Amino acid sequence: MANLNLVQAINLALIQEMEKDERVLILGEDVGVNGGVFRVTEGLHARFGARRVVDTPLAESGIIGTSIGLAMAGLRPIPEIQFDGFLGPAYDQICSHAARMRTRTRGAFTVPLTIRVPVGGGIHAPELHSDSPEAIYSHQPGIKVVMPSSPYDAKGLLISAIRDPDPVIFFEPKRVYRAFREEVPEDEYTIPIGKARVVCEGTELTVVSWGASVLQCMQSIEKSSRSIELIDLRTIFPMDLEAIETSVKKTGRCVVVHEAPRTGGMGAEVAAQIMERCFLYLEAPVQRVTGFDTIMPYYKLELNYMPDASRITGAIEDLFAF
Amino acid sequence: MMLIREFELRCMQAYQDKKIGGFCHVYIGQEAVAVGTIAATEAKDPIVTAYRDHGHALARGMDPKHCMAEMFGRIGGCAKGKGGSMHMFDRANNLFGGHGIVGAQIPLGVGLAFATKYEDEVINGGKSNRVTLAFLGDGAMNQGSVHEAMNLAGLFDLPVIIICENNGYSMGTSISRGTTMGHKIVSKAAGYGMEGVEVDGMDVVETYGAMKQLVDRVRETSRPIFVDMKCYRFKGHSMSDPRKYRTREEEEHYEQGDPILVLKTQLESRGFTDDQFKGIQRDVRAEVRGAVEWAEASPIPPTSDLYRDVYREKWGPYTGSSDPEMLGGAEKPCDSPAIDPKADLL
Ligand SMILES: Cc1ncc(C[n+]2csc(CCOP(=O)(O)OP(=O)(O)O)c2C)c(N)n1
Ligand SMILES: [Mg+2]
Repeated sequence: MANLNLVQAINLALIQEMEKDERVLILGEDVGVNGGVFRVTEGLHARFGARRVVDTPLAESGIIGTSIGLAMAGLRPIPEIQFDGFLGPAYDQICSHAARMRTRTRGAFTVPLTIRVPVGGGIHAPELHSDSPEAIYSHQPGIKVVMPSSPYDAKGLLISAIRDPDPVIFFEPKRVYRAFREEVPEDEYTIPIGKARVVCEGTELTVVSWGASVLQCMQSIEKSSRSIELIDLRTIFPMDLEAIETSVKKTGRCVVVHEAPRTGGMGAEVAAQIMERCFLYLEAPVQRVTGFDTIMPYYKLELNYMPDASRITGAIEDLFAF
Repeated sequence: MMLIREFELRCMQAYQDKKIGGFCHVYIGQEAVAVGTIAATEAKDPIVTAYRDHGHALARGMDPKHCMAEMFGRIGGCAKGKGGSMHMFDRANNLFGGHGIVGAQIPLGVGLAFATKYEDEVINGGKSNRVTLAFLGDGAMNQGSVHEAMNLAGLFDLPVIIICENNGYSMGTSISRGTTMGHKIVSKAAGYGMEGVEVDGMDVVETYGAMKQLVDRVRETSRPIFVDMKCYRFKGHSMSDPRKYRTREEEEHYEQGDPILVLKTQLESRGFTDDQFKGIQRDVRAEVRGAVEWAEASPIPPTSDLYRDVYREKWGPYTGSSDPEMLGGAEKPCDSPAIDPKADLL
């Protein structure tokens, strides 16, 4: 066991997968010599050399497009995009190619690709450096979307993502990067993609969340006198509907919390699934606590944008008062 | 140049003091580029640049107060405190930003030039003769959008000068590690049917002289030009950059060619005195100190500002169920943020 933060846990997962499988390579802007903007790939260039940890030109479309080619040829590329907002130039390659290749070729070609992307706000960065685009990519069939909230989950999920036969966008909540440490096994282990984690059990209300918002949910729940169950989805798509259903049938109340804008966010999907599966069990309508339908503002306002414990508590109380 | 230098030094200090958040890319070392190129334009000529944009804003005449307030995330900033360091906009001065996505401003610049041509040919029937300057870094030269835009500019004969501020580095990646023909990026122009020119961007007199000719030429011919502007950024890429990718010797070599000192020496041979230099230094210090004070006095944007300027309608028709009621809804949208009479900026 080692006491690691999220950055170190990801770094460790990358090292172990690269040692295990020579087909695994890393590429991206300044991921090599510099170790990446957030230093997630630190030390890998020295360890594995420039052939396997590749500094690329500043060209997201090229990085992802090239990675798709590498993957189609049977390698396991792990491109890094420096920030959520820079997925834009690569969107075409991700959604027009990576996502569709298996279907388009009727399974003849696949794209085992893991795109690592720091995500979300809370580090005082401006727009394009603070976005939460998980819904956009979850809406694209053919891609899996993963977002861990803890070092332990990050390591296990990343290893699963790298070994997954299909393209995975692996969102790393940058607010959590160095926020805390926890025990992470040094041995390799996997956490299945598509499986949620029950962070704490409860009987009266279910909170569903993912990424950095999970921490805010925990703060809110700790202060509450109610018996609240917290589910960390971990994988946004494919979503663990069973976990949600089981919990909400037990509690009858649900609050969904995410940082991304509200309209068309994945909270809407969770709410719709609950309506379809748990309607007769509900004591109150599903509530959402989310970012707003605006562009992420510069830092003096970012804390107002992101769901915090008091907004979550407000929603929880509303449900009990319903 | 001295105003920009002082402004940037104060920004670095304010960043260290945590008064500026997020990212801050300073322009120290490259002052001659913004000053020399923009001096060669007329006020009507559109300018668009990337995120290392404070120098362009000041050279274009933005009040340092508004520039600093933006850095501080205050209402008095040129983007009402909602943009920050990378988002310098100034409508009155035809500065079209300040953009954070590397390279993406070049298609915009080409579009601005297209607008000039369209207006001239379709609407005005006359000649407005605007010349657009579109700036990008050497790293940005590798973005696909830049090449799409260069092709368009060449194909449509658009009056734009694409200026590559070639400081040799894209974050930690030197141009030779990231760019083909890095030793001669001007050669890329030919493929797009453009004239390509190399200019020394560390000597403001030369920069200005060369650019004046080019701007005049484009005003006449409406043909795009690509400029490889040789320069060097003295500081790190952003504030948290240990600069392990280059040597101290290399930095010292370029620091000897500090554009401010180069100009000072040139002027001294024409009778410019140290006292005059110190006088300017005093003036810019006072001005920038004033800008910092003004910025600090400018209010933080209210929460309701989250919703402003997303659509023309205040909340917009499509904001669904997400409205500021969720935050308690007490605050009113802020309608008169202006503290300074220069309201067109706000
Ligand atoms: C699409 C996109 N990718 C990556 C970044 C992150 N980034 C910001 S600046 C930069 C380097 C740019 O270098 P260059 O174009 O040479 O400009 P300079 O910083 O030297 O002024 C990178 C990689 C970004 N802002 N946008
Ligand atoms: Mg550069």
